[in-house]
Amino acid sequence: MLKIACTLLILTLAQWTSALAQEVPHAFTGAKIIPVEGEPIEAGTLLVEAGVIKALGPAGKVAIPATAKRFDLKGKVVIPGLICTHSHIGGIGGGDGSGPVQPDVRIYDSLNVRDSGFRRAVAGGLTALNIMPGSGHLLSGQTVYVKLRGSKTIEGLCLRDKDGRILGGMKMANGTNSQRAAPFPGTRSKSAALMRAEFIRAGEYRDKLAAALDDPEKKPPRDLRLEGLVEVLEGRRVVHHHTHRHDDIMTVLRLSREFGFRVVLHHVSEGWMVAEEIARAKVPCSIILVDSPGGKLEAVNLVFKTGGILEKAGVLTAFHTDDWITDSRLFLRMAGLGVRGGMSREAGLEALTLAGAKMLDLDKRIGSLKVGKDADFVILNGDPLSVYTKVLETWVEGRKVFDRGDPDDLLHAVGGYGAGVDQDPYHCCFGEEGGGR
Amino acid sequence: MMRRALSALLLVFLAATSASAQLAVRGKKIYTMAGPVVEDGVVIIREGKVAAIGRAADVAIPAGFKVLEAAVVTPGLIDARSVVGLAGYFNHKHDQDQLERSSPMQPELRAVDSYNTREALIEWVRGYGVTTLHTGHAPGELISGQTMIVKTTGNTVEDAVMVPTAGISLTLGPGSLRGGGQSPGTRGKQMSMLRARLLEAKSYLESLEPREKKPAKAGEEEKNTPPVNLGLAALASVLRKEVPLLITAHRAQDIASALRLKKEFDFRMILDGGAEAYLLIDELKKAGVPVIIHPSMARFNGALQNASFETAARLKKAGLKVAMQSGYESYVPKTRVVLFEAAVAAANGLGFESALELITTSAAGILGISDRVGSLAVGKDGDLALFDGDPFEYTTHCVGTIIEGRLVSEISR
Repeated sequence: MLKIACTLLILTLAQWTSALAQEVPHAFTGAKIIPVEGEPIEAGTLLVEAGVIKALGPAGKVAIPATAKRFDLKGKVVIPGLICTHSHIGGIGGGDGSGPVQPDVRIYDSLNVRDSGFRRAVAGGLTALNIMPGSGHLLSGQTVYVKLRGSKTIEGLCLRDKDGRILGGMKMANGTNSQRAAPFPGTRSKSAALMRAEFIRAGEYRDKLAAALDDPEKKPPRDLRLEGLVEVLEGRRVVHHHTHRHDDIMTVLRLSREFGFRVVLHHVSEGWMVAEEIARAKVPCSIILVDSPGGKLEAVNLVFKTGGILEKAGVLTAFHTDDWITDSRLFLRMAGLGVRGGMSREAGLEALTLAGAKMLDLDKRIGSLKVGKDADFVILNGDPLSVYTKVLETWVEGRKVFDRGDPDDLLHAVGGYGAGVDQDPYHCCFGEEGGGR
Repeated sequence: MMRRALSALLLVFLAATSASAQLAVRGKKIYTMAGPVVEDGVVIIREGKVAAIGRAADVAIPAGFKVLEAAVVTPGLIDARSVVGLAGYFNHKHDQDQLERSSPMQPELRAVDSYNTREALIEWVRGYGVTTLHTGHAPGELISGQTMIVKTTGNTVEDAVMVPTAGISLTLGPGSLRGGGQSPGTRGKQMSMLRARLLEAKSYLESLEPREKKPAKAGEEEKNTPPVNLGLAALASVLRKEVPLLITAHRAQDIASALRLKKEFDFRMILDGGAEAYLLIDELKKAGVPVIIHPSMARFNGALQNASFETAARLKKAGLKVAMQSGYESYVPKTRVVLFEAAVAAANGLGFESALELITTSAAGILGISDRVGSLAVGKDGDLALFDGDPFEYTTHCVGTIIEGRLVSEISR
């Protein structure tokens, strides 16, 4: 009896505590706040309530409620939570190799939320990700947009629209990754022809659905593959398109024009050669900077100056980790390298935050520190672009999900014995005969 | 007579070439790594060697010398373990010469026979201040072959090479296991194969030694000389401690096996990789084994699942000799840059100067080339790296690389 009472008490307390964490306003004072949208605020105050940003401004300009829990961040730097537009964490494996076009496959059916990659991602200051399958297919499947809230299930991580639909894009690729033995294409022309045929069929399916209106008798039978593609054609699912070479980039733009799908170009190693064309098409780029060119034929012309060239051409540019190609814990470094290659500091930071949010259609909720947006932010001990700077804390929707002061969090931030729960290498071509073409 | 004339001509030609190598470098900060930092200093390079170094106020720049300036000057950087020049950036069969798969133990494979001086990645790392590479056969077979030390310039490997056989590469643990019923299929088999081959090399060495100690009379020689065996000859040089075994091992159990092997056969050992070396610091110290640590940003999975950004700092603080490497990459990026890897170590417990040691003095010491490179002192090679700020900062550029007095990279990167 006593035991039950105790349990009840604990349960009640637990509920009360968690409610408290959301309901009691949190005031973060004294830090240099870089909101990304708007000017940096020296010794600013950030007020968070119920998971969203309630107020933001210089000290004295933000009224801190008497009930607020205060956090003194003097000497620290606060930036928006980092957004990775292209990640493969979660032990998602290399992807099904039975065919080149798989719009029916949902990546969230493969995700393991206990994968150590999630711990490392929050240690790097990441708060939202686009987790993708592939890229060993022309179309690898549906991607998922997640918040790194810390949850026992994938359902708890997924971002949803107001109707509860899980948000994500569609992963596509061209160039050499998807050129393999049949039934995969053997050439670039065949790659484009296969995708055109798929989109034409999807268009016909969409028309049949439209013609049937709400009449179940007239509706074509459900087709999971075509349903996925129809979402792409209707713009409800953005295409995230792996593409490296200048001619492959132009092919993506050509197909996107023909079928009217919305697209983000990913990797874009030779994007600097066709920056004007990308700008004219008003297509954004999610880029990665790795430490040397090559490793595959399409990446031999990779340069650090891509970000700067795209910025000057007026292309909306974000960075991604492609984790495990680069480690999520070092995502801030990407902006450092971008600036080294000629990007402005402002564009470098935006490419880690707001630009990515725009590419995921989430910029109303995340990507900058602005009143009304989700309270996703990172506390640093110095300049975001310095190698010596550390992520001290990561907060998602007003809750702390990483604290460098916590020994277990530190183990994942730095590594060491016991940090190693294997992540499954995901990549299609890794270790295969003739792999990494 | 003709010959003498030719020699004279050659001398004139050489003098003309080296005349262009009269160079002075002014630095707001010069990290000589041989003494305190020289503020507002100058390095004079004559005939490819450091001729003078000191404060600009004290060291006059001779007339006619070309003068370069930079905010920060360091010795040319040393990549203590690389495959650049053998593992090409196209990553296709035709340019992947770092690993021969036909047999698990081939110590006779020489790095000089695979090194492509025109490989694009040599130019790439040179652009980030790397002037010396310890490169060669990759980890991935039990004994994959030899390594060598080169400068990152040269039209032919003969021009580039400093040490033609710097080490023999050996891999323990999952990295060199073979599947499909082939040996080695287990860790135990790895050790038994290595022990058997080293015993063979010992016999081979013993059969050579009487002849070498006391030249045999005619007729006897034939009888005592074993047929030449390139592989055993290579391992014999290890047993004679002329060449170190470069043992790649990451898991603590594999590092322990390497030490066991060293104890049995008494060779010079360099630990390569060493992701879990922090678990065996006392054992490594006792055995006097230096560590060429895995790249800080290596992927923390597989045998590196317990790797740490702080290992270099922990080993160095414990008094071990540590150098940094770019290592081997099978995909993207095709090589890492040792400057970037040392930077992450600097930021994770090591600090600036100790991290710089990883890619200068410590690397030279472990590789046995301190007489020529690794620090800036009179008489050493005129190899320098020039930066427009803290070399480890992401946003700093390498603005020049000098090898033996020649400016070999001047694009700001």
